[in-house]
Amino acid sequence: MEKNKALSHEFTKGLLKENPVFRLVLGTCPTLATSTSVASAIGMGIAVTIVLTCSNIVISALRRVIPDKVRIPAYIVIIASFVTVIQMLVKAFVPALDVSLGVYLPLIVVNCIILGRAEAFASKNPVLASALDGLGMGIGFIFALACMSTIREVLGSGTFLAGIKDLLQVFGEVDFNGFTIPWLSEHPMTIFVLAPGGFFVFGCMIALANRVAERSGRKCAELNGCGSCPMAASCRMTGEEGRK
Amino acid sequence: MLINMNIKLTVSSSPHVHTPMTTRGIMRDVLIALMPAVLAGICFFGARAALLCAVSTGAAVFFEWGFRKLIGRKNTISDLSAAVTGLLIALNVPPTLPVWMIIIADFIAIVVAKQFFGGIGENFVNPAIAARIILMTSFPKEMNAFIEPVDAMTTATPLALAGTDAAPSLWQLLIGYHGGTIGEVCALALILGGVYLLVRRVIRWIIPVCFIGTVAAVMFFADGCSLYSAAYQVLSGGLILGAVFMATDYSTSPVTTWGKVIYAIGCGLITCLIRLFGSLAEGVSFSIIIMNILTPHIEKLTMPVVFGADEKGRKAKEGSL
Repeated sequence: MEKNKALSHEFTKGLLKENPVFRLVLGTCPTLATSTSVASAIGMGIAVTIVLTCSNIVISALRRVIPDKVRIPAYIVIIASFVTVIQMLVKAFVPALDVSLGVYLPLIVVNCIILGRAEAFASKNPVLASALDGLGMGIGFIFALACMSTIREVLGSGTFLAGIKDLLQVFGEVDFNGFTIPWLSEHPMTIFVLAPGGFFVFGCMIALANRVAERSGRKCAELNGCGSCPMAASCRMTGEEGRK
Repeated sequence: MLINMNIKLTVSSSPHVHTPMTTRGIMRDVLIALMPAVLAGICFFGARAALLCAVSTGAAVFFEWGFRKLIGRKNTISDLSAAVTGLLIALNVPPTLPVWMIIIADFIAIVVAKQFFGGIGENFVNPAIAARIILMTSFPKEMNAFIEPVDAMTTATPLALAGTDAAPSLWQLLIGYHGGTIGEVCALALILGGVYLLVRRVIRWIIPVCFIGTVAAVMFFADGCSLYSAAYQVLSGGLILGAVFMATDYSTSPVTTWGKVIYAIGCGLITCLIRLFGSLAEGVSFSIIIMNILTPHIEKLTMPVVFGADEKGRKAKEGSL
């Protein structure tokens, strides 16, 4: 029972409490770049979740084999293999998503959520817990992207789920291709789909997430010293010292 | 040694010297200085300009009041700074702009650019400029829908017409009989307001003169030593409005004299770069926002040396005196 609870905690912590985007502030670059439309954001989220879960499983399984000194290159090789697989699958089955994500699809290799979870979690924990951690973090990433892209797409383009047809195509022929919001689509606030609007929505969401966490009695992430940094456990500065 | 011990002395901490100038007084002076431009705008563009000015000022004050209320801080609407921001936004938009757009602009200026950063004196960019730029990037069509005064024919900003047959004469530019935003058209009214601010010592001459002077000088040489070109560029677009009323904002411009010079010349150069080579016709607002962001660094560069310290700001050694 106790073990089940611990495992379910590994899964649920990524959703809100340790949400990679809003609470740990990881993966900012793909978040800002791909959250201009809900369809591409969800596509990106799913791709990252698959890579994250798979790489967490493999890295966790190999955690006793990989020498400490070359662990980062080893992780990158594992992650890059999964990204290559995903990229080929996307190119074959959802070519429109490949076009809309562009360079951000191969760049999942250096996505710091994946590398961060590999370093901070998968390299120290058993396979099942690592898999659940990856899945939870991935779903947290999808949730964050969905929140941000909904705000940005509705206000910035006046549509919702536009281009979702290309994603749904995988499951068969569909006619649904999102909604056009009557008044907003005639006067879209273009700034929301541009970079400044992205940063603005991101900042507001972080503030909101901190507020929610504060309300439920958890301390706000304080940005001073290594102790507050989510990477502290794996960071070279503190990590090497810690191992001695 | 007879000292009257009955004298009541007040013991208090510094500062001991107070100026009678208050934020409210300064902002009231700015509002008065803006009146000629507002009246000229209403004269040329009619009731719609008056409506935009009124709605914008009202909305800005409302957002300031509402946000301060929401976060439970001391209310600051009585210092009139929100009213000035609201009025400046109205002067920065074309008279054809839909009313709801100007309310969005007021929200951006007051809540996002000003209150999110701590309210009056804490904003890192001029709120009115930030609002104008966000409107320009969000609604480019509506923000460029300029009309001719009185007959309301569609036209372009004189900056886009420069060198064509449709270009207004210098006289037209001076009195304001040409297309443009509500407040920028009448150069004469803006200069009048600027002189009032100078006389009341609300602003110093350095920023407006260096800013406008830089633009005039660059444009003079850029068009083969043409005085006409220099005058045309100075009088058209939002240059005078920006240089007198927006670039001189206290919290976003340097306090040091040489800092002001660098800041104003930077504004002028960026304006010229955008006007000459950029895809946009007007660059005043972008130049001001860029120099706003550089202001802390300019101040650091031009900080005066403390008395008794050497050039690098270290305290001089006892022996060297």
